[in-house]
Order: sequence, then structure tokens, then C-alpha cells
Amino acid sequence: MPASIELQSVSRRYGDVFAVNEVSVAIQPGEFFSMLGPSGSGKTTCLRLIAGFDHPDSGAVILNGRNMTRTPPYDRDVNTVFQDYALFPHLTVQQNVEYGLRMQGIGNSECCRRAGEALDQVDLSGFAARKPAQLSGGQRQRVALARALVNRPSVLLLDEPLGALDLRLREQMQIELKRLHKQLGITFVYVTHDQGEAMSMSDRIAVFARGKIEQVDTPRALYQKPATSFVADFVGGANVLRGDLARACGTALPCVAIRPEQIRVRAGAVESITSAQVSLPGTLVDIQFHGASSHYEVDVQGRLLTAVVANNDDAEHAIAQIGNAVALSWSRHLMVELEQ
Amino acid sequence: MTMTSSSAKPAMPGMRRGVMSPLSSTLYAYPNLRLWLLLGPPLLWFAVFYILPLLALLAQSVYTFDEFSMTVSANFTLDNFRAVLTEPAHIDILLRTFCTALAVTVACAVIGYPISYYMARYAGRRVKGMMYVAVMIPMWASYIVKAYAWTVILAREGIAQWFITQAGMTGALEWLLTVPCVGGNTLATSHLGRFLVFTYMWLPFMILPVLASVERISPSLINASADLGATPGQTLRNVILPLSVPGVAAGSVFTFCLTFGDYIIPTLVGPSGDFLGSAVYKYQGAIGNIPLAAALTVIPVIVVGAWLWLAKKMGAFDAL
Repeated sequence: MPASIELQSVSRRYGDVFAVNEVSVAIQPGEFFSMLGPSGSGKTTCLRLIAGFDHPDSGAVILNGRNMTRTPPYDRDVNTVFQDYALFPHLTVQQNVEYGLRMQGIGNSECCRRAGEALDQVDLSGFAARKPAQLSGGQRQRVALARALVNRPSVLLLDEPLGALDLRLREQMQIELKRLHKQLGITFVYVTHDQGEAMSMSDRIAVFARGKIEQVDTPRALYQKPATSFVADFVGGANVLRGDLARACGTALPCVAIRPEQIRVRAGAVESITSAQVSLPGTLVDIQFHGASSHYEVDVQGRLLTAVVANNDDAEHAIAQIGNAVALSWSRHLMVELEQ
Repeated sequence: MTMTSSSAKPAMPGMRRGVMSPLSSTLYAYPNLRLWLLLGPPLLWFAVFYILPLLALLAQSVYTFDEFSMTVSANFTLDNFRAVLTEPAHIDILLRTFCTALAVTVACAVIGYPISYYMARYAGRRVKGMMYVAVMIPMWASYIVKAYAWTVILAREGIAQWFITQAGMTGALEWLLTVPCVGGNTLATSHLGRFLVFTYMWLPFMILPVLASVERISPSLINASADLGATPGQTLRNVILPLSVPGVAAGSVFTFCLTFGDYIIPTLVGPSGDFLGSAVYKYQGAIGNIPLAAALTVIPVIVVGAWLWLAKKMGAFDAL
């Protein structure tokens, strides 16, 4: 079975700047694949290249085993949910959803039936006669979803689809999208800058930075074995230790990472050092209360490290005063070696 | 440094206020007063120089004109309106004006739309800027000067004729000038010539609102249409044209109404036979039949009002 989507060393340049630089990735049929990265990292450009809104300067875009590099969007078996939803303002919800079917020349009655089903699927059957302007953001989002899915594409592209929604609605839609993905069994390509969203929903994630893919892996593997300091920091926010600080941890590696929740904080000076344990002295600079946990900012040799401490142990807080000397410790085997 | 800057500041906020302080406070406390001060003068101007003359005009349309003594008396009559709506000469004027205005509007839309579309979606910054200037500059030149210039361009020995001769199209032009409702003796005295001048004159008024409406169509809508399987032609018909209707309607308000009310171009270019505007001009000036002129004026007020209403329904005023 060929890959659902394959990018073969694809590059796209705007002037002198590479928006996408030699990106290669294969996305399997039925996969929930996320492209994660900060703005300007090339993830949306990649999506546009897959959809056909833009064409690469070099490289190939293969969809379901066929080279589609130069094929216009209307001849590709993919549909897109746009960041701004891009609903046609002059058409009703029903007409918006029917649009793709009508363009394929499908008859009136079938258009109507399938659009009705699609609206049912997203719980909007009562809204068919409304105009997009009369809907809330969340409803528009679901119309956009129905409008794409009604065409039964083999690939659904989602460009930061939840970016404009408030937190509660976003979480609700994440569950909804996962349910739809499971139910339809088609490939989802999901562009987002929200690492939490990508981690909780995806089968695999490609982390983008400066037009290149830093790492492609499952959420768990990305978190536990980040390959580069960028991935370590962007996915889950690791403490990246370099040079002297790395040596102080008793390692010969130039660059290592340790997750904030794997660091233990204790008042006072460093007591005993075992070979399985790393211990560093520092000064507590700040505590941020986050409900279930607190974030401790600790100055170690002029570098701020973050430790996340679960708020289930009162004794821990009694010792924690800003300005106090503290000892940070973690198990040596939890440290991850990074490329620079 | 800190000393000078802090001593320049007032010790208390209230100390900063000068003699105007009570006035500011009053205006702040009474928003309605503020509104009236803002709108009062222009509204007064509008009422005195616009509404009152219009009402005076409408009132005179039901006065009686004595054809023998050539005097106007304030006796109520509907004869003026009867004359406007039933006399063949007047109906002729109405039809001529209406059809020309309609043709000019259609021509401006057909010529202006592709220009606006190119400016909005394809032209680079420099080209677009230059096109803006090219569209705007003729609007700043005097309308009368342009109209006279066209009489020269279209004259029998004029530049238009020269081009047509060079292109070997003389036969085609002569045939065109024999077509009723289009032709005339020469290009300058033909309906076609008048239509060309009107179209030239009002084209910028179509291009600018259409440009604004096309610019407002989000590129993601066009991407979405293609994404859903629409070819460029289908996207044009189903998305771009429907979404630029408000712009065309807004442009048509200018092209239609300006043509409908014009009285100078019809007297300079085109065959004899009045336009509504030139007929009104003749009745009130040369003949002195103010009541009939007033009744004739009511027609464009109604037609333009209806056109504005229609344009509003098509969303023209949201597009401006």
C-alpha cells in the first residue's frame, strides 16, 4: 500500500527565504499526522503544497502513489479545513456543504441528502438555512468540517482549525476530531503550533523549525527521546543543559536535556552524591502556582532551570522560600542526549 | 534630570486644566450637546441649501403655467405630470436618457471589472500604484474640458476618424453609423459617440468600488473553492462574481445616476434630441416654464431613488 502522502525533498522559496527546505516525509493511510512548529516554521506552507494552493520549487508531492506536484487543487483527492474556516459568506450553511458535490456535478437530491448527513455528523442539522455570519465560531468550524468531509476525501488537511476557539470549545473539538478520525478512517494532517494539542491527538508528529523537519516520531517518543535541543524545548519544555552545566551533571556529552517534572527540589545544600543521581545547588528565584502543580524557577550557575513539583506534598512547600538555597536532583538515566 | 521632569508635572491632576476646563467638563457630561455641536452646522447647511430648494422645486411642479402670458401662477394642477408622462416627445426623452444610462452602466461594468480584478488580485505594488494614478488623474481634470476634448477627438477630421481610416475600418464605421439608436451623421453626433464619452467619463467611478469589493474577497475563499473541486471558471461564477455584486452595484449608482442627470455631454456630443437634464435646462431657461421643468425633475428623483434602493438591496452601501 503506497503512502497516503509523500513529500520528496520538497523546497519552496519566497525571494531569498526558504519557507520549506528539503522536507521529506511519508504519511501513512489512516494516520493522524500533526505538523507542529512555531509560526514561520514552514508547516502551513507544507500543507499548502499538499493541498495544491502552492507548488514546490523543487521536489515532488506524491498522493496515494501518484505524482501530484503540478496538479491543481481541484484535481486532488484532499480537502482542507481552513484556519479562518473560509465559508462562503453569500451561501447558506446547506449550500456551503453542498458546494463540493455540486462542483463534481452530483445531482440535486443526492447533494441534499449527503449534505444533510454531513451536517448531522457535526450536530448542525437545524442550522442548514442560516448564513455563516449567523453562526458562532464553533459552529462555523463544524460547518467547515462538514463541508470538507462531505466529499469523502482520502486525506483531510486541517490548518490550525481550533486556533480561533476558546479553551473549553477547543478541548471539546479535539475529542470530536479524534472521534471523527476513528470513525472515518481517513488520513488527517493537522497543522498546529500548540504542542499539547498535537501530543494529545496525533499518531505521529513532525516538528518543524526554520523550514526543516527536526524530528518525526510518536508523541511519546518525541517527549522521551527528543533528538535536538529545539524539539526538547518546544515539545514539553525541557531544561537544556550545555557546556559547563552539562559537565557539572557529570556527563561528557556537550548537550543534554532533563524534563521539569523529573527534577526534585529540596531545601538546603547538596547532601550526598550517588552515581545514579545528579545533584546541583541553586537559588530559588520564583514559584508559579498552576493548581495541580507548581513551577519552581531555580538559578543554577547563572542559568534558570524549571522544576515542576506536584502540589500533593505540603512539606515540600514549607521549605520553599524565594531566595533560599535549594538542591536540585534527578536520576542520571532520565537525561537525554541531544544534537546541538 | 529626574528633578526637572518631575517638577514639570503638575502636583495634582486638576491643576493642569486651564480656562477651558468648565467647557470640557460640560461637553463631557452631556454627550447629546456634543453631538449637536458637531452635526448642527452641516445639518443647517444641508437643510437651507439642499432640502428647502428641493421642496420648493417639488412644490412648483404642481403650479400652473399660462402659455399665452408666459407666467406662473400658484394654482394647483397635475397637468405638468400628465404632460411629462403622456406626451410622446417627453416619453422619447425619458427612454433615451434611461437607455443611455443603462448602456453606459453595463459598458462600465464590463470594461471596469477586469481592470479592477487585475488590480486587486494580480498587479504588484508598483503596477497597482501606477494604475491607481491612471484611474484617478482623469477624475481631477475638469469635466467640461474633457467633454470638449472628446468633441474634437470624435470630430469628422479628428484623431478617432484618422485611426479608423488607418486601420481600414472606414466601411465598418459607416455601416455602424447607419444603425438606428446607435448611429448618427458622424461619430461626434452619433449615439455611439455620446455613449463612448459617457463611458469614458464615469468608468473610474465603477473601477474604484469594484476594486474595493474584489480586494475584500479573502484569498482563502478562492482556495477553498478550488479545494472543493471548482475549476477557475466555476470559482469565478460561484464565488468571485457573486461576492463582487455589491461593488458593481455601488459603481452603478455612480455610472447610472451621473448619466441620468447629466445635461452637458448630451448637448456637446451626440445627435439632437434632449436628455432629461437638457430638457429641464431648456424649459426653465429658454422657455421659462418652471412648473414643467420641475415636473420633469421629479422623474430622475424617483428613478435615481429607485436605483439607489435596488443598489442598497444588492449590498452596494456595505461595499463603499
